[in-house]
This record gives sequence, C-alpha cells and structure tokens, in this order.
Amino acid sequence: MNPNTVIKPELTAKRLTSPSGLGLLVYKFKKIFGSSGIYLQVFGIGLWLFTYYILCEGLKLFPFFKIPGPVEVITEFFSPDPIWGMSLYTEAFHENVYVSCRRVAIAFCIATGVGVPLGLFMGWSKTFQDYTFPILETLRPIPILAWVPLAIVMFSGFETPVIFLATLASLFVTTLNTLLGVESIDDAYFRAAGCLGSKPRHVFWHVVVPGAMPFIFTGLQISIGVAWFSLVAAEMISGDYGLGYMIMDSYMLNKYVSMVMAMISLGFVGWLTSAMVRFAGDRMMQWRVRALALEGR
Amino acid sequence: MQTTTATKGAISIRNVTKIYDPEGVNVMAVDDCSLEIAPGEVCMIVGPSGCGKTTLLNAIAGFHSITSGEIYLDGELLCGPNKPLADQGADRMVVFQNGALFPWKSLLDNIAYGPIVQGIMDKKEANDKATEMLAEAGLGDVAQKFPGEVSSGMARRAEIVRALINDPKVLLLDEPYRAMDALTKSIMHESLLEVYDRTKVTIFFITHDLEEAIFLGDRVIVMTTRPAKTKKIVEVPIERPRDYTLLSSENFRLLVAETKGAVHEEAIKAFEAGERELA
Amino acid sequence: MSEADQSVDATSRPLGRSAFQKIISNKTVWRGIVAIIAFVMLWEIGAQFKSWFGIEIWWIGKLAPPSAVFEKWYSVIQRPGYWESWYLSFFRVFLGFIIAQIIGIPFGLALAVNKYFRDIFFPPFEILRPIPPLAWVPASIIFWPTTELSIAFVTFLGAFFTIVINVLGGARAIDVQYLRAAQSMGASQWDLFRRIILPGTLPSIFVGAAVGMGITWEVVLAAEMISGGGQQAGGGLGFFLWSSYMGGDMEQVIVGMISIGIAGYLSSSFIRYLGYIYMPWRRLF
Repeated sequence: MNPNTVIKPELTAKRLTSPSGLGLLVYKFKKIFGSSGIYLQVFGIGLWLFTYYILCEGLKLFPFFKIPGPVEVITEFFSPDPIWGMSLYTEAFHENVYVSCRRVAIAFCIATGVGVPLGLFMGWSKTFQDYTFPILETLRPIPILAWVPLAIVMFSGFETPVIFLATLASLFVTTLNTLLGVESIDDAYFRAAGCLGSKPRHVFWHVVVPGAMPFIFTGLQISIGVAWFSLVAAEMISGDYGLGYMIMDSYMLNKYVSMVMAMISLGFVGWLTSAMVRFAGDRMMQWRVRALALEGR
Repeated sequence: MQTTTATKGAISIRNVTKIYDPEGVNVMAVDDCSLEIAPGEVCMIVGPSGCGKTTLLNAIAGFHSITSGEIYLDGELLCGPNKPLADQGADRMVVFQNGALFPWKSLLDNIAYGPIVQGIMDKKEANDKATEMLAEAGLGDVAQKFPGEVSSGMARRAEIVRALINDPKVLLLDEPYRAMDALTKSIMHESLLEVYDRTKVTIFFITHDLEEAIFLGDRVIVMTTRPAKTKKIVEVPIERPRDYTLLSSENFRLLVAETKGAVHEEAIKAFEAGERELA
Repeated sequence: MSEADQSVDATSRPLGRSAFQKIISNKTVWRGIVAIIAFVMLWEIGAQFKSWFGIEIWWIGKLAPPSAVFEKWYSVIQRPGYWESWYLSFFRVFLGFIIAQIIGIPFGLALAVNKYFRDIFFPPFEILRPIPPLAWVPASIIFWPTTELSIAFVTFLGAFFTIVINVLGGARAIDVQYLRAAQSMGASQWDLFRRIILPGTLPSIFVGAAVGMGITWEVVLAAEMISGGGQQAGGGLGFFLWSSYMGGDMEQVIVGMISIGIAGYLSSSFIRYLGYIYMPWRRLF
C-alpha cells in the first residue's frame, strides 16, 4: 500500500466522537447564524413592522392612518398611565386577559373530557357509533355562531352561553378527530393484541388509547384554536369581559389603540395555548417524536 | 425428517374452503385444502402473491372465519362447521408482515405485555424474563428503545421474542422478512433457525421466496394461484443445525430444481390473472 | 363442494342483491335513522314538557319544539326575503373564499418552493395567524369604506390562513422522487411546477378549501350578525337569524340555524365534488 494513503489514526479518532458541551454550542450557533435563514427571518419581521409603521403612522396614508401604528400601540402598552385606559399596568387589561383565558380553559377541559372518551368509545363500538355518529354529523355543519341566540335563550347570565359556545365548537372537533384516530389504527395491532391473549379492556387501554393519541393531539391543537375563535365571537356579540369584548368595546368608544392591543394579545395567547398543547403532546408521545427524528423531520 | 422432540403444535387442516364476498362478487380464496403438520415441524407455504396462503394463516390464528372444513390443533377443534371463527390465543402466536410491535411501548414492554395481560406473570417477573430473552437474542442494549428507533431487523427479532415468551404451540409467520434486503434477511434466517433449534416450536411460515423456504423448512408446500390448493409437497431431509453454507450445497440446488418448475408455473398464472396483491 | 356451489358463506349473505337492497338491509343505516328519530322525539318532548305537564326542563324546555319549527319553516320558505338572504350569504361566502384561494394558493406555493421567500414572509404570517379572524372585524370596519368590503376582508382572512397552511404542508410533503423522475426526463422548472407540484398539492388544496369554507361561513355569519347585514333588503342568513332572535321568534331562530347548517353543508359538498372532478386519481379509494 502506498504510504501516502495511510490514514493517520488521530484523525479518525477525532471524527468519531460527536461534539459536546462548548463544542456543541458553537456548532449550533454556527448552523443558525452561518446560513442566511435567520437573517432573512428577522428581516421579514422587520420589513413587516416597518411597513405597518410607515403606512399607519409615518406617512399616514388613507385609509391606513385610521389604524394605530406599532409605535403608538407599543408605547401605550408599556406606559403606566395609558391615555386610552388599557396597558400592561392596568388591572382592567389583566382582568380581560384572565377572563378570556379562564373561559377557554373551562371550555377546552370540558370538551376534551367529554369529547375524547366519546370519540374513543365511538371508535371502539360500532353499535355505539351507528347511533351517535348521525346526530353528530347533523349538528356539526351548523356554524357555532348560529347557536348564539339559542345559547342566550337556554342559559342564563353571560358566562354560561359564552362557555357553552366555545365548548360546543371544541367538542365537535375533538370527538371527530379522536374517532378518526381510533379508525386510523392498523388492524395488525388489534390482531397482535388478540394473539397475545388480551382481554377487551387491555386492548382498549394498550392499543386504542395510545394508537389514537397522534390524531387526538392534532385534534386538540385544532380544538383550542376553534375554542378561541368561538369565544372571541361570543364575547364580541354578547360578553361583558374578556379580550373579545375589549375589542368591541374599544371599537365602540373609538379607543383604537386598545383595540389593536387586544388583537395582538389575543394572537399571543392563542399561540401560547396552542404551543402548550403541542408541548404536552410531545411529552406524551415520546415514541413518536423519536421515530420522526430518526426519519429526519 | 429428523426426529422431533416436540410433542405439541400438531395442526390438522381438513378440507378447508374459504369464500368471501367483497362487493357481492364471490371470491374463493382457498379450495378444499388439506394439510397435516406434525409437532415441531417447520412447514413452509410457498405460492404467488394473493393466492390465499395468508387466508389459511388467518384461519388458524382466528382472524378470519372459514366457509367449510375443520382445523384442529393437537386434536382440539379450532374452527369448524359450527364455529367458523377460531378464538385468538397465545398458543398460536403470529409475526406480521410489516411488523406489529406496539410503537408506543418500548421493546421490553412489548415483550412483557403478553404474559402480563394473560395473568401468567406479574410485572416484575415478566420484565425480568423479557430482559433475559432480549439479551439472549442479542437485543439487550436496545431493550428500552421504541420500535421506531431500532432497525427493522432488530424489530422483527424482537417481535419473535414477543411471540416466544408466551411459549406458543405454533409460530405463525406471514412473510415476515418480505420487506428486508437480502443481507438482513440472511441474518434473520440464521436467527430464526437458532431459535427453532432451541425451542422446537411448530412453525407455519408463509413466503414467496423458494430459497428461503427450502433453507428454513422441513417441508415445502407449493400452493396454486387463487383459489389455493396444494400443488406440490417437497420434503427437505436436510439435517439440523443448518447454516448459510447449505445454500451452495448440491443437496440444496437439487431441491430447488425439483420445486422451481411448479412455483414458476403458478407465478405465470398469477401474473396473467393480473391479481392485485392482497398484501 | 356443495357449499361452494351455493355461494353461501357461513358469515355472509347471499349474492345478487341490488344497491338499494343493500342499503335497506344495512344495520348501520337503520340505527342512524332510529337515532335521528329518537333525537327529534326527545327534543319535541323536552320542549313541549311545560305545556303538557307544567314543569319546564332545563335548557331544552326553553327551545321551540320541532313541530312548531316545521310549521314556521313552511311559511318562511314562501317569503322571497328568505331566499334573498340565502343568495346574499352565499355571495359573501364565495367572494371572500375565492379571493382567499386566488391569493392564498400562490402565496402558499411560493412559501413552499422558495426558501428565501419563506424566510422573509413566513414569520409575519405566523405572527398574524393566531389572531382570530373575527377580532379583525372592528379594525376592518374602520379601515374599509363600505361594510361589504369589510365583511369580505374578514372572510378573506379566515380562509386565507387556512389555505396557506394546508398548501404549504401539502407541497412540502411531495415525495422528492417525483421531482427527480421528472427532471431526469428533461422537465424545466415550469414543467416541474405545473405538472408535479401543482397536482401533488391538489389534495391539500381541497382539504384547506373544505376547512376554510367552514371558517368562512362562521365569519360571514358573525359579520352579518354584528354589523347589521348591510344595506340590502334580506341582509343575509346571519341577519335573518339575529333579527329573528331580536324579534323573540324562537321558531324562526331554529329555522335560521337549520338553514345555515344546510347552506354550509351544501358548500362543503360542492368543494368535495370539485375535488372529485379535479383529482381523478383519487377516485380509486
């Protein structure tokens, strides 16, 4: 063998160990900042903010000048004594955020607590599904907002109708996705469980529930979005507190800055709750996360 | 045929016919098939895709019913005219084509599952036994990993361990190595042979690969295209333990030559019939 | 085998029945019918309980019973104003929806195909997306000169975000092998786009459209209910619903709800039908 082609042992040894500690940090840093990706993303956000500012505050073009620009909104948000009455420091703002979040939390919990077992049971027993699915499918096309008058008539007060509407919306989504989740489970798993001597309750807890999880969590992410959507609608039409109400109220009183503040807050909370669901899902489905990682996603 | 030390796992298939009726078109999958499998025998079923061999396996396992005929296991009736669908049970363990390890359980939990739900062992016992068996199979390091994290070869071996921990009378394998490359397959074969030599469990193995069948089996049954009937039975009187050197021996080549014609004939018929693969 | 000749399986039914016969003998269908009848009956009993037995059942007791609803419906469908509302709502829904598709599909495809475009435009998109479309209504009213335009804008927003996300997901999921196969056969960039990426994304486009359709209906409804339905006589189905409520006419409210449900169902079916036509390769399943 040509002596020049001998590979030096030290070189191979170095390449075989993966970077760790400081080395890993430097590697990750390089990856993020070395490529154009992150700069463009920051640029994109910057561009958008800039356009928003220029149109609404800078040049005051028609009709953009009617909408408060980013600078106005941000200064207001952080000021201890806001002109229009709502900011990070005012209690009223926090109350609105809290009320909306609480309503969504209640709606989501009820919808999940009822919808997941319902969907699981529908997937598990064809008889049960035959009786309940038609009712579900008949009620589902009715948009949630069409239920508003009915909700107001049936339930007394403000809280209950609003929570009812958000719960209903979430319920449809959760139940349907759970059902689809159970139906998506490959027959082979049921057969394998059968071979292994499982009783029906084992099949339910060890095959049906874990097997449907991916779909259930997708459904939950959609359902939280839907819950927010319905909640805001309900609050705007008939609420007395909450972010939806804050938007409507600020609009009525021409307090446009508060209105935009509420919109942005809504966006933020919506994103946060969705991320929380996603996070919970990943924790519960480690098996899936790892398998997907191996596939390179 | 070597002398078997096994005493359980004799399957008797008598005049079994299966007709099923998708969309109102009668499809006869199996036509009056009879087969006697001795305890501890490795019986290989070879035939073109879609010929109905899986239906037989499904009937034995209790996944599908039969239209007529009877199947006995060790003299007891599994399914017959009054009971067209056999019960599923741990005495007839199945290893599936695309693998059916529960993706949401670790390999260890998968294997411990059987004895726990049957109430035979408690959690600690089952886990210990499973760990032991996994180590024996060379999978000790990956016991805590999920099926999605290990290679298909490891997963398939784990599935066989999962079957064996239940001490089954019969091991039913439905083209388990079909999706693997030839190199992994040859390792799988040696692993299966090693398992067989240790446990002498009756094996009912479906494959479309003739070489695989002759290499592993005691008897090779060639089936016709749908509806499946026994076309040819070839004894494989080669001694055990076997290893890969067998593949280039004279004996082996002769056996292949003897059987190849029959298999090829059926393959052509199946192709012409344009069967959509049932797989 | 005599059994085989008679073509009877221990577990299946005899051959040779027509599609109609199959539907009639299908257990699932009967159970469904029973379920719906039971539902309607429970509703009737619950709603009428007060007038029959004097006790009002919570919640259901306050509803109008199905018998009254049907009577009302019969009289309502004879009024032209009712059908005008249908027309108005459909018009608004499809207007916003189509604009969302026209802008959204290319935007989504651009995001999927071009990394630089995605890096620049995806973050602002993702930041705006969680804001529920209805939260935009007041801002939209302030901004746009007419009510119609403000409703159209909000409808557009609702469907836009959905379709873009779906298109993005669908386009990125196209197996790279198809693209390579095409390239090895000499496809140009445009060919790749037109013949591989576009058809490959169609299933996601239709899913996004179906979901977007649902959202669009919600938004149109809300907008009609909040902003009073615009200047025209009918005002749309949302307005119909809201004014029935304001007028204390509960039977009409339920008529409105059911009408809207039917309208939504028809729209989604239409989208599914389009999907059936434009994706012939999916008909196998």
